[in-house]
Amino acid sequence: MLELDDVQHFLVSRSPALAARYEFLRFPNPRSGHAWLSTVMEKIGSAKAVAASSNSRWISVAFTWNGLRAFGVDGDALASFPEEFRLGMAARANMLGATGKNVPERWVGNLASPDLHAIVILFARDEEERERCRREHDPFRRECGVELLSSLDLAAIPPFTHPHEHFGYRDRLSEPTVEGSGFEAPPGAGEPLKAGEFFLGYPDETGLHPALPQPEVLSRNGSYIAYLQLQEHVGAFRDFLRANGNTPEEQELVAAKLMGRWRSGAPLVLAPEKDDPELGGDKQRTNDFNYRTMDPYGYACPLGAHIRRMNPRDTAHNMRRRRMIRRGGTYGPALPENAPEDGVERGVAAFVGCSSLTRQFEFAMNVWVNDPEFHELGNERDPIFGTQDGTFDMTIPKRPIRRKIKNIPAFTTTRGGAYFFLPGMRGLRFLAAGARELH
Amino acid sequence: MIAQDSSKPAAMAIPKEGYFKPEDGRYGQIYPRTPANYGFTIIAKIKPGREAAIREYGTKIEKTIAGLPEALAVLKLHYLRWVLFDIGSDTYFMYQGIFDTDFDKYTEDAVELFAKYGINTVFENLDGFPEDWNTNAPAFVKFVREHQCPSFLEYAEYPYVTADEIKKALTMKRKFSEMLDQMQ
Repeated sequence: MLELDDVQHFLVSRSPALAARYEFLRFPNPRSGHAWLSTVMEKIGSAKAVAASSNSRWISVAFTWNGLRAFGVDGDALASFPEEFRLGMAARANMLGATGKNVPERWVGNLASPDLHAIVILFARDEEERERCRREHDPFRRECGVELLSSLDLAAIPPFTHPHEHFGYRDRLSEPTVEGSGFEAPPGAGEPLKAGEFFLGYPDETGLHPALPQPEVLSRNGSYIAYLQLQEHVGAFRDFLRANGNTPEEQELVAAKLMGRWRSGAPLVLAPEKDDPELGGDKQRTNDFNYRTMDPYGYACPLGAHIRRMNPRDTAHNMRRRRMIRRGGTYGPALPENAPEDGVERGVAAFVGCSSLTRQFEFAMNVWVNDPEFHELGNERDPIFGTQDGTFDMTIPKRPIRRKIKNIPAFTTTRGGAYFFLPGMRGLRFLAAGARELH
Repeated sequence: MIAQDSSKPAAMAIPKEGYFKPEDGRYGQIYPRTPANYGFTIIAKIKPGREAAIREYGTKIEKTIAGLPEALAVLKLHYLRWVLFDIGSDTYFMYQGIFDTDFDKYTEDAVELFAKYGINTVFENLDGFPEDWNTNAPAFVKFVREHQCPSFLEYAEYPYVTADEIKKALTMKRKFSEMLDQMQ
């Protein structure tokens, strides 16, 4: 049974938030880290504590491998963590597709640096509340001698009726349901997934217990999270829609074909001809579809559309071993409709939570997002968030003949990323106590 | 994909490392696609006295596939060849596969499939195979990679053709033939 009083709430539930702040920290010595963590512990909410409170202010804290080392975790224990986590995301950049303009040498915020030790994630009701928390945390952090490498402020963009990113697509639609989390799977989502797919210390979908990194007090109830800061080129995206659709309706359809859902969230498999915003917002219906029998050739949702790559549903093997929990939000100001590109950076800063970065996150990036041979397409990558350099295509199956859009431009650029370990509450207390077992 | 001419036989000589330029996969170096597609040749010494057990798996896999023709679909295979041979007093197992997808990309799928259909048990008869393979995909992959012997030449009479394309062409041929029969 998932220990809701020990796992951090971050991957279990979302608190209602219109703003957020991520702080990237370095601990110059173990003492600074221990002092800081001991005090912020009370603000870190377990899933159980957060579910029981209505408006308390909760944060989440996660560490890089270098961060665990900075806390004084011993060498044998450090070596027992998986290789990809030890190396960090920057070292895995090539395989992830962070090439060209996306290379770690160009990343912002010291995210590619071995100095990056931890991230603090704060979700706040609104921007005012976020500022209040920042002002409260800053002096305390300095007092402990903890260095702020960089930070990112996030805020929802209008309209505030539903979560969406800068291109206008509704977000947070397809989420795995975890066994024992207290949430029910919506229609179409299948049985809840075993907790071991997301939290260490539980049987996973194979029914087996994977070995835990050492010591168990640190690793049990922890998760790995992959962080990505993705700039969205809204001007280029809108230019592309205009260039490939003669009317606003045609442009909406092109946008829907790239994503596999209308911007309202309505899936093309269920609404192939025209948008159905009510369907998009209906959690009971918006995931209730498959591909194998309902759209095998992609006449509704193209084979290479973003959602069909990120979750091929019943058209890929071992899907239950490849699911991920997503979190995150938007940063930067919205670009008003009809305004030309203003050069201001905006995008999404998102997390993927899982129990194996290699099996889940890296597989998704390496194969589903960036493998040109995915579904035997031959020369395509994820049109929204694959590594695009103007040489790949997008095929839109259509009767009597398909439509092929050539030379897809890059709509996104990776501005940074990192691998973190999100410990459970006991793991955090172990770290705060100097990375020594408590007796 | 670079357009490949499948109408003309092609050969490819491969450098000693097994690849032309380094390219990172999730578990290490990615081996290139050749005219004979992707593939591996794994050669490992068997534990003494295990030959009969390994041979029995030949029959077992035959029965599995007869009952479940789709069992190995995820591997996108053309051919598998299992060979036992002696060097001195030792017996070696050679596992050669030709398939259409970079093995590294679908490694965990393969490992889980091996577990499901008992192919892993063949591996358990090999020297040095990790005992915790079923919860430790990276260790399984490490063993495979350490025993992989890259080709230095690969040839194909009909290069760069995937098994799916061949199957589609055969279906088309069959349907076309049926159509001609019905038009009589």
